[in-house]
Amino acid sequence: MTIPDTSTAVSERPAGASTAPRPFLDVRDLRVHFPTDDGLVKSVDGLSFQLEKGRTLGIVGESGSGKSVTSLGIMGLHTTGQYGRRKARISGEIWLDGTELLSAGPEHVRGLRGRRMAMIFQDPLSALHPYYTIGRQIVEAYRIHHDVDRKTARKRAVEMLDRVGIPQPDKRVDAYPHEFSGGMRQRAMIAMSLVNNPELLIADEPTTALDVTVQAQILDLVLDLQKEFGSAVIVITHDLGVVAELADDILVMYAGRCVERGPAERVFHEPRHPYTWGLLGSMPRLDREQRDRLVPVDGSPPSLINLPSGCAFNPRCPYADVPKDDVTRTIRPEPTEVGDRHWAACHLTREQRERIWTEEIAPRL
Amino acid sequence: MTAPLHEPTAKAAPSPVAEAAPGAVDEAAAVGGDTGPVQGRSPARIAWERLKRDRLALTGGAVILALIVIAVLAPVISNLVGQDPDVFHEDRIDPLFGTPKGSLGGISGEHLLGVEPVNGRDIFARILHGARISLLVGFLSALVAVVLGTVLGIVAGFFGGWVDAAISRVMDGLLAFPQLLFIIALVSVMPNDMLGMTGSSVRVFVMILVIGFFGWPYIGRVVRGQTLSMREREYVEAARALGAGRLHILAKELLPNLVAPIVVYTTMMIPTNILTEAALSFLGVGVKPPTASWGQMLSNAIDYYDSDPLYMIVPGVAIFTTVLAFNLFGDGVRDALDPKSSR
Repeated sequence: MTIPDTSTAVSERPAGASTAPRPFLDVRDLRVHFPTDDGLVKSVDGLSFQLEKGRTLGIVGESGSGKSVTSLGIMGLHTTGQYGRRKARISGEIWLDGTELLSAGPEHVRGLRGRRMAMIFQDPLSALHPYYTIGRQIVEAYRIHHDVDRKTARKRAVEMLDRVGIPQPDKRVDAYPHEFSGGMRQRAMIAMSLVNNPELLIADEPTTALDVTVQAQILDLVLDLQKEFGSAVIVITHDLGVVAELADDILVMYAGRCVERGPAERVFHEPRHPYTWGLLGSMPRLDREQRDRLVPVDGSPPSLINLPSGCAFNPRCPYADVPKDDVTRTIRPEPTEVGDRHWAACHLTREQRERIWTEEIAPRL
Repeated sequence: MTAPLHEPTAKAAPSPVAEAAPGAVDEAAAVGGDTGPVQGRSPARIAWERLKRDRLALTGGAVILALIVIAVLAPVISNLVGQDPDVFHEDRIDPLFGTPKGSLGGISGEHLLGVEPVNGRDIFARILHGARISLLVGFLSALVAVVLGTVLGIVAGFFGGWVDAAISRVMDGLLAFPQLLFIIALVSVMPNDMLGMTGSSVRVFVMILVIGFFGWPYIGRVVRGQTLSMREREYVEAARALGAGRLHILAKELLPNLVAPIVVYTTMMIPTNILTEAALSFLGVGVKPPTASWGQMLSNAIDYYDSDPLYMIVPGVAIFTTVLAFNLFGDGVRDALDPKSSR
């Protein structure tokens, strides 16, 4: 089926935007709330970030920190899928190449999905339709946005399968998803997502369902393709190892908010938030100097219905009592710049942070 | 030597293969052949291959096919044996008791399954013509139910909200409705001719509509439930993420997965509907007399269960065999379409 191409007219930048052009993807104060019988679940609660083309952003956090909901919100899929018929309340602004998505009509956003922004899912076996051949699904994905005959679309499908490294693409194009191995399925999924050359690719835990050996191959593939197409990529994961390999920038999420954001280099080597310290401390590393036990982050993620007052991390934070006047339990910290393009939302002062990092945390990592 | 024949197709076949034993030539052909070693099997084909291995289901299927042929060719077959279902043979009836002359309900070379008591109509011919009514009502009422159930079930499951609530309540209401009593009441007030039809045609038409109408909630519930779970699947979300619209998702993503349950429920529904038709005719609200129907024959036979038991057994066996065949076939289809079943 074909969709009239209405998007080009709207996607142009507004006239007044000539000064200081907006980043390719600009998310401002995004909030996604789900009303439930138990109360309002604030899955994402005031998230802002920017992403340029050709860059990779890694979003890291525990289960339930709002990573996936963020990506679904950007894609305009927050009212569907695993969240069922639940009406999500979404607010804030999502600018994709000068178009604000939340105020654009659903039909307009649908025209952008797949063509300008695409998504790779965690489990390719469940994200591919079991009833159709791989080729048929890529053909359909292509024909949603391109008015071409099946033959041309099929050629394109074979080309994409070849590009993502599937051997004998002209034969495998007629295979069913269950006839592929896990890694090949994810390659096929990537081929399907990239068939329309999207400028924004969101990979939601792209390697979680795969073998460790295949993970590296898939990550390499995503990086290669990004270089080739120059798209902006968001990688969502709970695995710091994955983003360490891929991401230019890292955003650490906790309880629906950003706790630390900055260039990967800085977040890994000079993290400025106690939660990031905890994540790093709980990550197995081969280059660790002291090979003693991993240090878990104590406690469990907070309820998104009743967030702790003040800093959401305060009940689990070993340094919650360091700032004066009980401020961690009363005032919600806003992200403050702690370095070049590096923000952290924490009440610790610069001196306290640097002291704790150099004296207590860094030697243990 | 066959080697030269293979030169053009086996593109990279090295000559040692061609010079080897004749068996190896086939292998070379297979490798170089254009089908290739990887050949995907479609879900429908996988199901067919599983069904082919299920002997009970195949037997059921064969019986169903035979029944369909019998029903379609009923006038031809009864002509061949020289019998008409509506002709009276009073000469074959014992005037004293009203039962057929001779043993076993009057079975003879002329009347293969004997004749009816009192009137002496040929039972074989009436069974053949009864098959027409049974299958016609069974299939068409199932069709009505499947079309209504599928459309309303998908709509309810896919759109949800008040649409779902409304359709679901209607289904609950229909399921709780005393169907049999309703039909009996309906038939008693029904005109004798409508829409240019008369007599039994009216009855058959009304039975098809009414049985189908009361049957759709069963299939509607299944389709609705399946749609509800299917639309939450990740591949539906993936399709949305690729920009697919509602219609595309309904037709291309959801419907193929509904085919299996719909087919299974249809094969299960047909025998139930055949039984309902038999029951209605048995109760005297189904097909009207001169037209033959199995249920009606059973009903008539009740009075002669001790003097002419064969009259009761023949339509009984016909109903039993038909329903059994459909159920066996339906079970086989369900197993074949369910990838998790293993037998």
